[in-house]
Amino acid sequence: MNPEMASPSSSSDRRISVLARHLAGVEMDSKNDSISAFPTSGSDNNSVFSHVVRGPEDPILGVTVAYNKDPSPVKLNLGVGAYRTEEGKPLVLNVVRKAELLLVNDRSRVKEYLPITGLAEFNKLSAKLMFGANCPAIQENRVTTVQCLSGTGSLRVGAEFLAKHYLQRTIYIPQPTWGNHPKIFTLAGLSVKTYRYYDPATRGLNFQGLVEDLSSASSGAIVLLHACAHNPTGVDPTFQQWEQIRKLMRSKGLMPFFDSAYQGFASGNLDADAQPVRMFVADGGELLLAQSYAKNMGLYGERIGALSIVCKTADVAARVESQLKLVIRPMYSNPPIHGASIVAAILKNRDLYNEWTIELKAMADRIISMRQKLFEALRARGTPGDWSHIVKQIGMFTFTGLNSKQVSFMTKEYHIYMTSDGRISMAGLSSKTVPHLADAIHAAVKQVV
Amino acid sequence: MAGFGKAMACREHVRIRLGARFMSSSSSSWWQSVEPAPKDPILGVTEAFLADPSPDKVNVGVGAYRDDNGKPVVLQSVREAERRIAGNLNMEYLPMGGSVKMVEETLKLAYGEHSEFIKDKRIAAVQSLSGTGACRLFADFQKRFRPDSQIYIPNPTWANHHNIWRDAQVPQKTYHYYHPESKGLDFSALMDDIKNAPNGSFFLLHACAHNPTGVDPSEEQWREISHQFKVKGHFAFFDMAYQGFASGDPDRDAKSIRIFLQDGHHIGISQSYAKNMGLYGQRVGCLSVLCEDEKQAVTVKSQLQQLARPMYSNPPVHGALVVSTILGDPELKKLWLKEVKVMADRIIGMRTMLRENLEKLGSPLSWKHITDQIGMFCYSGMTPEQVDRLTKEFHIYMTRNGRISMAGINTSNVGYLANAINEVTKSA
Repeated sequence: MNPEMASPSSSSDRRISVLARHLAGVEMDSKNDSISAFPTSGSDNNSVFSHVVRGPEDPILGVTVAYNKDPSPVKLNLGVGAYRTEEGKPLVLNVVRKAELLLVNDRSRVKEYLPITGLAEFNKLSAKLMFGANCPAIQENRVTTVQCLSGTGSLRVGAEFLAKHYLQRTIYIPQPTWGNHPKIFTLAGLSVKTYRYYDPATRGLNFQGLVEDLSSASSGAIVLLHACAHNPTGVDPTFQQWEQIRKLMRSKGLMPFFDSAYQGFASGNLDADAQPVRMFVADGGELLLAQSYAKNMGLYGERIGALSIVCKTADVAARVESQLKLVIRPMYSNPPIHGASIVAAILKNRDLYNEWTIELKAMADRIISMRQKLFEALRARGTPGDWSHIVKQIGMFTFTGLNSKQVSFMTKEYHIYMTSDGRISMAGLSSKTVPHLADAIHAAVKQVV
Repeated sequence: MAGFGKAMACREHVRIRLGARFMSSSSSSWWQSVEPAPKDPILGVTEAFLADPSPDKVNVGVGAYRDDNGKPVVLQSVREAERRIAGNLNMEYLPMGGSVKMVEETLKLAYGEHSEFIKDKRIAAVQSLSGTGACRLFADFQKRFRPDSQIYIPNPTWANHHNIWRDAQVPQKTYHYYHPESKGLDFSALMDDIKNAPNGSFFLLHACAHNPTGVDPSEEQWREISHQFKVKGHFAFFDMAYQGFASGDPDRDAKSIRIFLQDGHHIGISQSYAKNMGLYGQRVGCLSVLCEDEKQAVTVKSQLQQLARPMYSNPPVHGALVVSTILGDPELKKLWLKEVKVMADRIIGMRTMLRENLEKLGSPLSWKHITDQIGMFCYSGMTPEQVDRLTKEFHIYMTRNGRISMAGINTSNVGYLANAINEVTKSA
């Protein structure tokens, strides 16, 4: 190895070598006039990217960044939807620990590339989890499932597939929705429209508005549906309303694209939370589904999820799968193996699966009890307004109805970190911290308009 | 790209016509018109290999390392790292830019342990989904911030490079690289292409162990390339997927990058741990862009994150933890470097054996290029027809461009392989 290549370690040495290089550059300039001052040449320091301006902080992930910077001992992070225990700690499920140890102790396991479509066993088990073990569509091989990078990745791959192969490029997303949805669909090449969803007056579902907007959507348009535990509002249609939505969509040939990030978290029961999706499969029609194991298995950072496309025939499903590969290959070639192995290990083992359902229900129950506690705390303080939506809404989030000024106030005065749309992650609360939050909300409502 | 535009226009036409038909029929599928996609040329080879029942079959297709028993390898350093992290970590989301610790260690490998650019915080870097993900993120970034630019890609290159920049909608051109007659570098044509490209063009360069040819420029040639890049003000994007694998020495394998850095270029780099740490399926890598100062590095990094967020939100944690556990522990890092050298040495040994075997068989052709070339792949010079014969008659699986993955060769099959190659080429 050429010793010249080792960079000098003292700062004065560095300065001298930098100077020397600049001098060498000047010499070359005078020798050869054709070296112009182009962006990447050694003779000046301008970059080809000097015009790039700083990107905005992600509104959701940026909340945690701000929270981490705050030194206050009473700070509370109710931003990102990551589950916390009563002690405010992140949780690795026992069943996940067990699965990981099984994996690490299995010396026959290798780290080879997965196929482009991911771990086959994981794909089959994921489809069964959502569609039901006896689902005719699965038995008829009409479902193609590909492992993707959690919910985000599943949505992006599905959207790129639609942009390439579907006759319509418009997707309708609910108002409001997860902040990353419009970005995902736009970058994938779809054009984004909205349909009415949340009613600020009732803090519930604007069903009439929803029906009107979907009725006037162009035939064949894609419609994004939150399978359960709508993010950010926590407002879900009833089963009767879902049935009406289904009939309407099928009559207009609207393509359902389900985002399921909270199966098991809404009611505590995996099958119950899958009902809306299963309704749509049962009528024999086609749909797309993005599944995530980030929350319900606590596998956030492992980036594990699946995209399923239910097709009319097995032949179509096979062709669709082959085209999904062409979307995935130039994006990341093949998906990461670790999370998929954990999920598969749990889903295929009866004991581990049962353990998981119990731990999942415990998480869902804790969230439901936090809702109850917060509601009671606000009532006890006599906080003006109707706060029953806190216990009516479902899943990890509550759409408080607080405006961005009130949110800023709560951050500044009470060190409460949440997204500016008034969404709080109930998972971030504990019995100890509910009073502090209730105080903050109370103060915000009374002092800020 | 005219062909691409035509295909898109044709598809639009079909889309509109089919749209009308679909409205009326409730029993046909929305996806009726979806064509079956061609099999991936590289990954498709392994699929075919797995389906072959012959006991003699040899897989020299995909570039995944095998030991002398033909088995995939999990490095000891990796197993130890995994043992340390299993079961007791939390699995929270990484930041959008990935694991800071892993990225820091990774930059040291590429830029140098004591790189001034790292000290001065001039590098915008994010954890990526291995090399593919790093290239794709860069291509998307190039599209967004230099929308009028195109990418010059070597001919030949890893097939997926074309897919990546195409899906990022960056127009592409190729530059001369491989010289079929000599089975080496077509250096003069390469330099001509560099000179003839418009000033300020974007070039994709393989830092070492060129895939698929195994042909690398010499140090002298790299210096000339770097100089010409300065003259023309070109941007150099390095894809480094084999650091450590080429010579067995990571610093030596990064030589091309170090030359460009010394010459003052502001480069971009894609790094992958798929091969050199055997972490293939974990999808761990890093994209970095050297900027003019710390402020710009922060800016560029924020924009890279904006592109990652709508693709996968944040990168997977497991592989990153393995990397940072190994590189952050001097003992584990030493062990890893030893293991990389063992892998590289075995491949160099197989090159020698294959060449010697062919020469002993009295092949009329020259096989010097087998030992001249470097890294995981050898561009044999065989034609697609000869490759097809290898597969049909001898159950040897490789990509039809004649690329042999040296990692798939071992002391048990090198004789069989040499014989087969000799059979299909001796009358060439």
